[in-house]
Amino acid sequence: MPQMDLVNGLADDLDGTFERLVRIFQDRLYSFAHRLCGSREDAEEVAQDSFVRAYRALKTYPAERIRALALQAWLYRITLNVARNRMRRKRVSQVSIENGGAAGEAARRAWDSPDDPSSRPDSRLEQSQQRANIASLVATLPERYRSAIILRYVEGLSLEEVADILKQPLGTAKSNVHRAVNLLRRAITDSRRVHGRAEVRA
Amino acid sequence: MNRTDKVSMNQTLTIVRGLKSLPRERAPKSLLPAVLRRVGLADTYWRLETSIGPVFVAHSRAGISMVTRARSGSEFARLFEKRFGRSIAADAGRPPRNVRAVAEGRLRGRDAGLRFDLRGLSEFEQAVLGKALEIPPGEVRPYSWIAREIGHPDAVRATGSALAKNPVPLLIPCHRVVRSDGHIGNYSMGGSRNKRVLLESEGAQPEMLERLAASGVRYFGNEKGRYFCFPTCGGIDSLMKENRVHFGSQQEALAAGYQPCGDCRPAAVAA
Repeated sequence: MPQMDLVNGLADDLDGTFERLVRIFQDRLYSFAHRLCGSREDAEEVAQDSFVRAYRALKTYPAERIRALALQAWLYRITLNVARNRMRRKRVSQVSIENGGAAGEAARRAWDSPDDPSSRPDSRLEQSQQRANIASLVATLPERYRSAIILRYVEGLSLEEVADILKQPLGTAKSNVHRAVNLLRRAITDSRRVHGRAEVRA
Repeated sequence: MNRTDKVSMNQTLTIVRGLKSLPRERAPKSLLPAVLRRVGLADTYWRLETSIGPVFVAHSRAGISMVTRARSGSEFARLFEKRFGRSIAADAGRPPRNVRAVAEGRLRGRDAGLRFDLRGLSEFEQAVLGKALEIPPGEVRPYSWIAREIGHPDAVRATGSALAKNPVPLLIPCHRVVRSDGHIGNYSMGGSRNKRVLLESEGAQPEMLERLAASGVRYFGNEKGRYFCFPTCGGIDSLMKENRVHFGSQQEALAAGYQPCGDCRPAAVAA
């Protein structure tokens, strides 16, 4: 376990080790929060609150409990909860995929670089464009699916970890990830159809 | 597999690949200092007036992390941020009594219960500094003494480098470590001149030490007790002058039947 050293440090000397924890996880939690919440401002506050919460919790845990922590999953779970609370407070409404708009545009573009080696985007610009499209599409998913798919593929965690973070049985987590992919696929196909018709009419 | 299945599988792969290619974003620089400040682990500094002028002491809950001279608090803050990459603010309170006592050479850091934040230093460097912390005010030890005491008798040069890098001078008293030939040696906070000022303020009489060393004297022996010490060993004060003998080397003292003093340990004690 690569984080054994860190966990032991936290158990033995929380104040002396905590900064190392922040340095190791700050990019991960900030990135995750940003994809969950959408704005950089929210992401920074969510990441900040998450670390503060983590510190306060660790302060009350006996050393044995800290040693037994699955640290990474635990931190992601805190971040997820902080982000959920924040989104609930702000009553962020989901942009409906069917509505098209910016999301529909993004969806269409996501397919415009098809999975064919000969037409794979070769310029950096196109690649970053495609990434931006996928990212904005993910942002339109309902939170349940969004968090599952971000954790699994963007953050690259194992299904077991994803289930642990979401506090779901493995099967449920798995089907949420699966469902998220299907929703994205349908969003892209639908928008393409709309787009196609529009072009015919033009 | 029919065609529709194949198409949808390709699409799924494209989506997964696209998701995996999303870059991890970098947290803004302001995140770490903000978190540390909110949980009370941020660094702050005190200003101390000392015999070598104003000295600034950076500390957090993890311990004292940096000591250096600076003309002003803002100059110190700049030096600190350059070195550690995190921000620091002035401590609203006065420096605590034990920090002042250590800085003024009235108390050993170890006895004052000071905590130091020496993250980033090697184990060897930490051992060197930990040993320097044991030297009482008013006394000095040679570099070779530290090297031997921490179990690396041949690493005298490395010991000197570790002391030169001491991030918390004054409070970890590297100024009490001098060359075996009696030269005062260098000092990070203002060179040998300031080292001399500090030693004098602690009562170590550097000039007397240099004169002794120049005349070939490295150790004092107690004729009655048949033990020998470094000239600044605390126990030597009680030594009557008529009982005192001089030695130029450990070998000489040992050959004369003198045992190393248990307090200043001028030589390895035979097992």
